[in-house]
Amino acid sequence: MHGLVNRAIQCFVRDTYGGTMWERLARQSDAPVAGFEAMFVYDDEVTERMLCAAEDLLGRDRAIVLEDLGTYLVSHPNVGSLRRLLRFGGDTFPEFLDSLDDLPSRAALAVPELELPRFDVMQGEGGIVRVLCRSPRAGFGHVLVGIMRTLADDYGALVLLEHEGREGENEWISVSVLSADFAQGRPFQLAADR
Amino acid sequence: MPMHLQLDARGRVRHAGPTMRLLGSGGGLLGRDFFTLFRLRRPHGISDMAGLMHHAGARLQVRFRDPPHTQFKGVAVPAGDGALVNLSFGISIVEAIRTHDLKSRDFAPTDLTVEMLYLLEAKETILEEWRRLNSRLQSARVAAEEQAFTDTLTGLRNRRAMDHVLDRLVRDGHPFGLVHLDLDFFKQVNDTFGHAAGDHVLQVAARAMVDVTRSEDTLVRAGGDEFVLILPGLVDARRLEDLACRLIERLEEPISFEGHQCRISGSAGIAVSHGGGVQPVAVLLDQADRALYASKKEGRGRATVFSVERHDTAHAPSLPDTVEKDAGNA
Repeated sequence: MHGLVNRAIQCFVRDTYGGTMWERLARQSDAPVAGFEAMFVYDDEVTERMLCAAEDLLGRDRAIVLEDLGTYLVSHPNVGSLRRLLRFGGDTFPEFLDSLDDLPSRAALAVPELELPRFDVMQGEGGIVRVLCRSPRAGFGHVLVGIMRTLADDYGALVLLEHEGREGENEWISVSVLSADFAQGRPFQLAADR
Repeated sequence: MPMHLQLDARGRVRHAGPTMRLLGSGGGLLGRDFFTLFRLRRPHGISDMAGLMHHAGARLQVRFRDPPHTQFKGVAVPAGDGALVNLSFGISIVEAIRTHDLKSRDFAPTDLTVEMLYLLEAKETILEEWRRLNSRLQSARVAAEEQAFTDTLTGLRNRRAMDHVLDRLVRDGHPFGLVHLDLDFFKQVNDTFGHAAGDHVLQVAARAMVDVTRSEDTLVRAGGDEFVLILPGLVDARRLEDLACRLIERLEEPISFEGHQCRISGSAGIAVSHGGGVQPVAVLLDQADRALYASKKEGRGRATVFSVERHDTAHAPSLPDTVEKDAGNA
């Protein structure tokens, strides 16, 4: 797994539950306590061991852990860059949803080694959008739910999200946008502050 | 084309695209003379419609005459009795977006500007990660070097560091003093009280060396009970001798270890390099060595400064009996 993913888990645990919890988790999962390098690629197994240890130590289901990780990635001040990069997807939450299928190729422009899942966005019945997240590794869909839930707040949209489960490599998420401009949302400038 | 301008026959702005209108700070653009609003930087010297039309279809570089002097790339083509000028931001895009607070809706759907901004920012984020990685690797390298140059028992430098420092001093032509010090009676301490006592004695001796020297000096444990002090700028033989004697006095203070009193002393040989790179390192070490053996021969617990007259004679450096006896006792 790419170091960015492992580092994301590391920083999520450290920033949310504290350094001591990260140390315990690292020891239990035989991960480097000093942390991962974001630009290296690591063996897949260490990621799996960390997630098992996280379930155990945090006392939460994997789905919840992963969704919280998604939320962390786009809301914690320590990782502000990802929120900004995702907001380039569109001016409104529905536009952002539509741009999801571009996300893997966008990410690959910046980090070619980062193997993100493929996303397909389909208009379902009754205004429900169905997002297909396709990856040989399970769990990305839950992270995406956390990301979308938080970004919806960021855009000021009111949405209902549901992870519909996994079949083979496919994870389905249903999104119903109840109101695209429910609240003010956080401002976004195209050019980053200096 | 949200960034186009329509000019009439005399070069006045008849119509401006919505994004262009956002940029026209102050009095707005409509009705104003294109050549008063903008300076054409390339092709050079265009100041009227005839000049502009002469370069129809060519790549233009223009900038606002008023602050913030935003720059554009563009092209002009004849349209009706006037011209159509389509502009886009060039390399100044980030600055322009900041200045004019533009949103992605201000760009044409076909315009790749927003993609470019995304890429710019994504690459900057990644670059920042690389920078951090580089600085971590750099610190790790410094720490590894530090470790590679340190004697772990005493915390002094090791032989490798000594070679490094001496080579540098000689190469740069810095004058320095060199004290070669052997602990006396160390072997007895080891044999009588064990290696733990020996290690303790070495550590105490190292501390004494730190105490009598300056922070810029390099203190080396060159092997077993053998030490080399490198003292940049200290070439006064008497001062070096004083320093060595003070050190030996310190070494002769009894050292307690687990209820035992360990007693050692030290013998020192001193050599001086007056800089200019005339003395190769090996010669200098050899001189310090000979002076050390002279100290040993004369009864230990003393320091000797190397002098060509006294030590570089036919019977030096042999002194075979003394050397062997002392080496056995050291």
